Amino acid sequence: MSLKATAARIRRGTLAAIYAAGSGHPGGSLSAADLLAFLSQVELLEDRAPGEHHRFVLSKGHACPALYATAAELGLISHASLRSLRKLGSPLQGHPHVLDTPWVETSTGSLGQGFSVAVGMALGFRHRGESARVYALLGDGELQEGEVWEAAMFSAHHKLGRLCAIVDYNKLQSDNSNANIMGLEPLAEKWAAFGWHVREIDGHDFDAMADAFDQARNTPERPSVVIAHTVKGKGVSFMEGEPPWHGSVKIREEEMRRALEDLQTPESEMEQWIDGCSA
Amino acid sequence: MAAAPSASGPALIGSSGDSLREAFGRKLAEIADRYPQVVVLDADIAGGTGVHHFRDQHPDRFYQFGIAEQNMMAVAGGMAHVGLVPVVTTFAVFCLRAYEQARLSICYAGRNVKIVASHPGLDVGPDGGSAQCLEDLAAFRALPGMCVVSPADPLEVAQATEAILEHKGPVYMRTGRSDARRVLPDDYRFELGKGRVLRPGRDVTLVACGVEVARALDAAAILDREGIRARVVNLSTLKPIDTDLLERCARETRAIVTAEDHNIVGGLGSAVAEALAQRAPCPMEFVGVRDCFGASGEPEELAEQYGLTGPHIADAARRVLARADKEEIACPSPGA
Repeated sequence: MSLKATAARIRRGTLAAIYAAGSGHPGGSLSAADLLAFLSQVELLEDRAPGEHHRFVLSKGHACPALYATAAELGLISHASLRSLRKLGSPLQGHPHVLDTPWVETSTGSLGQGFSVAVGMALGFRHRGESARVYALLGDGELQEGEVWEAAMFSAHHKLGRLCAIVDYNKLQSDNSNANIMGLEPLAEKWAAFGWHVREIDGHDFDAMADAFDQARNTPERPSVVIAHTVKGKGVSFMEGEPPWHGSVKIREEEMRRALEDLQTPESEMEQWIDGCSA
Repeated sequence: MAAAPSASGPALIGSSGDSLREAFGRKLAEIADRYPQVVVLDADIAGGTGVHHFRDQHPDRFYQFGIAEQNMMAVAGGMAHVGLVPVVTTFAVFCLRAYEQARLSICYAGRNVKIVASHPGLDVGPDGGSAQCLEDLAAFRALPGMCVVSPADPLEVAQATEAILEHKGPVYMRTGRSDARRVLPDDYRFELGKGRVLRPGRDVTLVACGVEVARALDAAAILDREGIRARVVNLSTLKPIDTDLLERCARETRAIVTAEDHNIVGGLGSAVAEALAQRAPCPMEFVGVRDCFGASGEPEELAEQYGLTGPHIADAARRVLARADKEEIACPSPGA
């Protein structure tokens, strides 16, 4: 399956989960779908020593519907289980919880912490002489947390070259644009000033991702950040760039149908994504 | 150019003396070889927390975080995830700063991390109210899965240091800044989750932790001269709490006084009251800081000012026994 097709399925799974849950964060899940497709299908499989696997932390934990949909594509969970998102007794918690879903690496949902935990994993691997790489996906609004910059300063000081941060830079946060809430620019310069190797890319361009992550892997002397310019709600016309779809929102049935159409969902799969999620 | 610490330089606080932090730091360095997965995390305060011993003896297992406690606390969660046993060290008040990291990235994630906090309570002394953490026992006790330990003297903190490494799961342990009196006998053996009767007595039980254990023993000696036999319990583990021992004390003595270098809201006294309310409620008095902040002064001056010394604990014992007498007259127990 092509990365584009995988990303489309991640988006459909994301919407199916949020639709069934009656709440969730679609905007920032959809903006990250292409990055999650590339990371899960390509980057996390690169350069692995025997017996080791690279780790991924979703520090922007509210985008977990996309993470769960990615897990379904990887066969870690069933597509049917996506409909249990946020429901009583479900392992698919409203924010990722490692004791319910061990493959999420750590519990997130309080912004900034997942990044620090990823830093701790990278430091721990180095301490133990293991070569596994650690990736952390951060939201742009998350960068307003002071802890992020504590972690950034620490990682550069300790030269954690196997650590790679990815910023899902969709320019919007809960209430409004980053620029109106508390501006992040000049963002690339900030990371560079903190001692990081920085690449800015279009976060929906797989070739650009391949190039940026390749560079990150070839920069072993310091941590790398990929600032991925994305569109919030990407792929669903009425959600793109619209702050109200940050979440946590309810998707109505007619909205779900329009969204699936926008995502060029095959007619034969429509009802499955809406009702059964067995596609 | 970085200058090496000079023998003729200023005396670093924490570099000498028989404080709990020093006893902790020495023990941790001493047993490090037996716990190869242990790493120590510090936020530019190793001389104050006692882990300078570990830093000097095991530099490859010591990580410096700078003055950035939130990151340090959550990084510990990540290091634990890949098989290490991080010991996070800072002052108690800065553990509060990183409380939410301890909540999500350690407790909620079920990580085997040890948080060891020096400088708790009025025992901090001259640094004053901003530094005197009077809320940590309440805060960390409220975290699901967190063990909370506050040893009484250097002997116990050394034993507890090993015990918390043997325990699998998150632990918050208080040490202490000031020189501490030895109050426990040489044959004392710390056991996580167990309180210990240090002095027998049938009239009233004094339950204490940390520096207040020595003061509770002072109080028992004062009361003894008046013919009041006070039992003294060192309740060094606040969570999980030794409900069986507390219930026995509540039934075998007429009242309970708790004593802690902490706010009376939410700490040892609250924990004891919660435990007893369900099984064996009895008249209680609470000795501790009465819901206010501390101030600069020497620890013993502050203990006097804020009502934490042996004579104050003895006063509380007399008060609670007077109340117990009245209550027994008002509602005689069956068979009395």
